Amino acid sequence: MTILISILFTLGKIVVLLTLILLTVSYLVYFERRISGWIQNRFGPNRVGWEGVLQPFADVLKLLMKEDIVPDNANKKIHALAPMIALFIAFSTYAVLPFGPTVEIFGYKVALVVADVNIGILYVIALTSIGVYAITFAGWSSGSKYSLLGGIRSSAQMISYEISMGFSIGGVLLLSQSLRPTEIILAQSGWMWNAFIQPIGFITFLISAFAETNRLPFDLPEAEPELVGGFHTEYSSMKFAGFFLAEYANMIIASALIVTLYLGGWQLPLINALGLPSGVIIALQILGFLFKMGLLLFFFIWVRWTVPRFRYDQLMNLGWKVMFPLSLINLIWVALLIMVFNF
Amino acid sequence: MAQKKRLKDLTFWDKIYIPAILKGLALTFKNLLGPKFTLKYPEEKYIPSGSYRGRPVLVEEKNGVERCVACGLCSRVCPALAIEVQAAETESEKERYPEKFEINMLRCIFCGFCEEVCPEEAIVMSKDYEMAFSNREDGIYGKDKLLVPVDQLKDRIEFLRRYK
Repeated sequence: MTILISILFTLGKIVVLLTLILLTVSYLVYFERRISGWIQNRFGPNRVGWEGVLQPFADVLKLLMKEDIVPDNANKKIHALAPMIALFIAFSTYAVLPFGPTVEIFGYKVALVVADVNIGILYVIALTSIGVYAITFAGWSSGSKYSLLGGIRSSAQMISYEISMGFSIGGVLLLSQSLRPTEIILAQSGWMWNAFIQPIGFITFLISAFAETNRLPFDLPEAEPELVGGFHTEYSSMKFAGFFLAEYANMIIASALIVTLYLGGWQLPLINALGLPSGVIIALQILGFLFKMGLLLFFFIWVRWTVPRFRYDQLMNLGWKVMFPLSLINLIWVALLIMVFNF
Repeated sequence: MAQKKRLKDLTFWDKIYIPAILKGLALTFKNLLGPKFTLKYPEEKYIPSGSYRGRPVLVEEKNGVERCVACGLCSRVCPALAIEVQAAETESEKERYPEKFEINMLRCIFCGFCEEVCPEEAIVMSKDYEMAFSNREDGIYGKDKLLVPVDQLKDRIEFLRRYK
C-alpha cells in the first residue's frame, strides 16, 4: 500500500516537474528575447498577446509547420536520434534536484524531489557527460562540413570544461561529505553558502556552466557568423526545436545546480526568526529557490549580450590552463579550511 | 613609443579580465533600464519635418477652391508621366480650373518636380507616406483624394519659400 502511495506521489511530482520545465523553457525563450531587446535599447516581441506573452506559442506553431529537411548524405537514424538525446538529458537531470524541504501532504512525508538518490550529484555529472554525445551525433551525422566542425569543437569544449566543473563540485563535496543534493543544501546553513566559503570554486563552476551549456561567451560551435549554425545547421522544424529547447533546458538545469551547490538551495537565511507558520515557510522557501534560479537565468541572459565570443583556441586555453588549475587551487583551499579551521 | 600599452604591461586585474567584464555588465544593465528608441507603429506614427517629400497634394484655399489653374506644367515635367490634367473655364478671377486632375500613385516617384515647376504653389509634397490600396484602379487618385486644406501644408510651404 505504501509503495503504491509513494509511486503515486512520484508520478505526481514527475508530472508537475515536466510541466513546469516545459513551460519555463518556452518562457525562457520569451524572456531572453525581451531582455536582449531592452539591453539593445529596443522592445522585444510585445505584440502577440499582452506584452507578447503568447509569443512562445506562436514560435512553436511556426516550428511545427516547417518542412523537415534531412540532407542526402546524412545518417538518418542518428540524425533523428541526436535531438532526442539532448532533450532526454535535459529533462532527466532534473530528477535529483530538490525544490524545497520535506512537506506533509495528507499525513505523508513527501520530499520535494523526484528521486532522492544518495549519489545525486554523480548522476548529474554522468548525464552531462552523455550530453556531449548528443552534439557529437548531431555534428557527425549531418554529413556537412559546418556541422562536423561545429560538433567536434563543441564536444571538445564540453569535455574540457567538465574537468573544472568536476573539481569544483569536489570542493563542495569535501564540505558537505555527501553526494545527496538534499544534504548538500542542508550543509549550507544560515549565511554559510558555498559561494561565500569557496568563491574561486563558485567562479570556476559558473564559467564551466556557461561552457557546458554552449552559451556565450562560449558558443562558438553554434555561432552564426562563425559556422553558419554549427552542429544544428542541417536541422529544421521540430528537430531544431528539440535542440533549441534542450539548450534552454540545459540552462535551467545549470542554474538549478548552481543554486543547489553554491547558493544554499531552497534555504533562506533568518527565515526561522520571523516566526511564520510552517506552511508559509515552506512556500517561501520554494519561492526562494525559484527566485534564485530566476536571478541566475537573468545573469545567463545578461552575460550573453555583454561579453564578446571567445575564439576556439582562447576557449581551450582558458579551459585547460586557467580553469583546471584554479579548481585545483579551490580544492586545496577547501582542504585547508577543513584541516585548519575545522569546518 | 612608451605610451602604447603592450601585452606585458597589462596589470594583473587587466589580465584576468574580470573588472572589464564587470564594467561591461554595468553598462548593459544601465541600457536595460534606460529609454527604448523603438517607435510603436501603428500606435505612434513618425511625423517627418517640413523638408520631407511625401505624396503630392493639391492645395485648397480657405474658400474651398483649388489654387490650380490647370496650366499643365506639372503634367509635362513629370518624369514618370503620372499626372493627367484637363482644363475648363470658370467665372472667377483665375479663369481656368482643372476639371479632371488625376495622379497615378502607382507611377509617381515622389521626385517633387511637379511642386518645383508649379507657378501657383498649387501642388506640394505633403508629409503623407502611407498609401495602401487593394486594386490598381484605386491607385489613381482623383481631385477628391488630392485636395488638402492649406492649413495642413504650412510646414511644406514655409520650407519651399525659405529654401527653394
